[in-house]
Amino acid sequence: MGKFVQLFADIAKLWGKYGSSYITGMRNTLILALVGTVIGCLIGFVCGVLNTIPYTKNDPLPKRFLLKLVRAIVRIYVEVFRGTPMVLQAVFVFYGLPYFTDSALKFTNIWVAAILVVSINTGAYMAESVRGGIISIDPGQTEGAKAIGMNHVQTMTSVILPQALRNIMPQIGNNFIINVKDTSVMFIIGFPDFFAAHRAAVGASYLYFPSATVEMAGYLTMTLIASFLLRWAEKRLDGSSSYELVQEDQLTMTAGTYSHPDRGTPFDERSKEYRDQVSQELKYGRTRGER
Amino acid sequence: MADKILQVNHLSKAFGSNQVLRDIDFTVAKGDVTSIIGASGSGKSTLLRCINLLEIPTSGEILYHGENVTGRGYNAAAYRSHVGMVFQSFNLFNNMTVLENCIVGQVKVLKKSRDEARTHAMYYLEKVGMAPYINAKPRQISGGQKQRVAIARALAMDPEVLLFDEPTSALDPEMVGEVLNVMRSLAREGMTMLVVTHEMAFARDVSNHVVYMNQGVICEEGTPAEVFGNPQMQETRDFLSRFRNA
Repeated sequence: MGKFVQLFADIAKLWGKYGSSYITGMRNTLILALVGTVIGCLIGFVCGVLNTIPYTKNDPLPKRFLLKLVRAIVRIYVEVFRGTPMVLQAVFVFYGLPYFTDSALKFTNIWVAAILVVSINTGAYMAESVRGGIISIDPGQTEGAKAIGMNHVQTMTSVILPQALRNIMPQIGNNFIINVKDTSVMFIIGFPDFFAAHRAAVGASYLYFPSATVEMAGYLTMTLIASFLLRWAEKRLDGSSSYELVQEDQLTMTAGTYSHPDRGTPFDERSKEYRDQVSQELKYGRTRGER
Repeated sequence: MADKILQVNHLSKAFGSNQVLRDIDFTVAKGDVTSIIGASGSGKSTLLRCINLLEIPTSGEILYHGENVTGRGYNAAAYRSHVGMVFQSFNLFNNMTVLENCIVGQVKVLKKSRDEARTHAMYYLEKVGMAPYINAKPRQISGGQKQRVAIARALAMDPEVLLFDEPTSALDPEMVGEVLNVMRSLAREGMTMLVVTHEMAFARDVSNHVVYMNQGVICEEGTPAEVFGNPQMQETRDFLSRFRNA
């Protein structure tokens, strides 16, 4: 029991001294994870769409060659960035740019480097998720879109991607939560995230365990809030489970077909009848027999 | 012959070594209601899907107002916007409401304004009796209702010819009638239709041309009176007798 009291005292001490740097760290972590995930998703969507452009042997040779080339490039990108640790990618990109340009070009803003690395890394994972999302949609949806004359881009943007997006929402959520945690490796290039705040705090205070407790609680809070918000977003995307009928009269629903288009629709006639009836009633009152 | 909309010449289709269609020839003129009947696996659906270029024919040509649509580099999307299609499995867009389903093609493909598209869509949705359901999503309505919306969606594109791929085969018996009624009234109004169907009564009473397909070839064709009343081929007689006895 005494140890717990000690722990709370240490945490209070840490928080009093480094509270603001923990808060800034959390803020930076969230912004980096969010921006990285959003840009990563965009990269993923572009790659997923490029990967699923259909071609047949009837298409001209340059088109087929181009599509194969694009698929190969996307494939290499996915394999390289999915198959190496993000901490290494950060070092590779951050020190690679000045190395190759003899320091003529370097990342003057640490945010640019961090967002770039997280986005590219997330994009590699999302590319596969989006591809999965697209091929999970019933081919009938594509055929329905093609049958009314839509081209590939229209089919994708109006019909397939909105449905694929809904299906991969859990994947996007996964990636966001992974990014919240894994951006902790960005301390390697000096990014001031939540974990960097821990390193700074323990460097001066040597309170490793109390600071780690703060970090554990902080990361867990962020990820729990993120899962909650994602569930809520998914519900929003699903839309209402009920719908409103537009006609008040239940009988007109079964009216079926009407073969005299130039004479209006049954609903016109019905509403005219109804209007007449209402005006009659207003004038003379409702007859007893009708009630 | 009246205005030929579609002309199919020597059309063949093979999936690998499986020859599904062999040397199909036929024409669709304006106002024709053609029923394609035949046993399952006789190539009826494949023929329809070839006509809409959902399947690429192996050989032969399809002329749309005299223009070959199977050639390389032909704009298939533009052609499809003139040739409507109604599927066995409806294929309504699941992410849109009933009304959106009927609007999206007009706005994206025909570049109409939303208001204009909406008015046009409502006209056809009322016609098929689905106007009260415009705010429903496809998953919330029944099969027969879905198919009626699918017909309205195809009609809203103002197609020159409407292809039906077994439109009632996925429906419960009590829903078949509502869809057939819509198709009957379309036929009466002079819509050019090409219908793959197992509904022999529809083929006999509504269409003016019947095509009987057997094992990838057109075995017999003619007016309903000729094909149903006095079939010339033994295969046709065998096929039809199965329906009479049922």
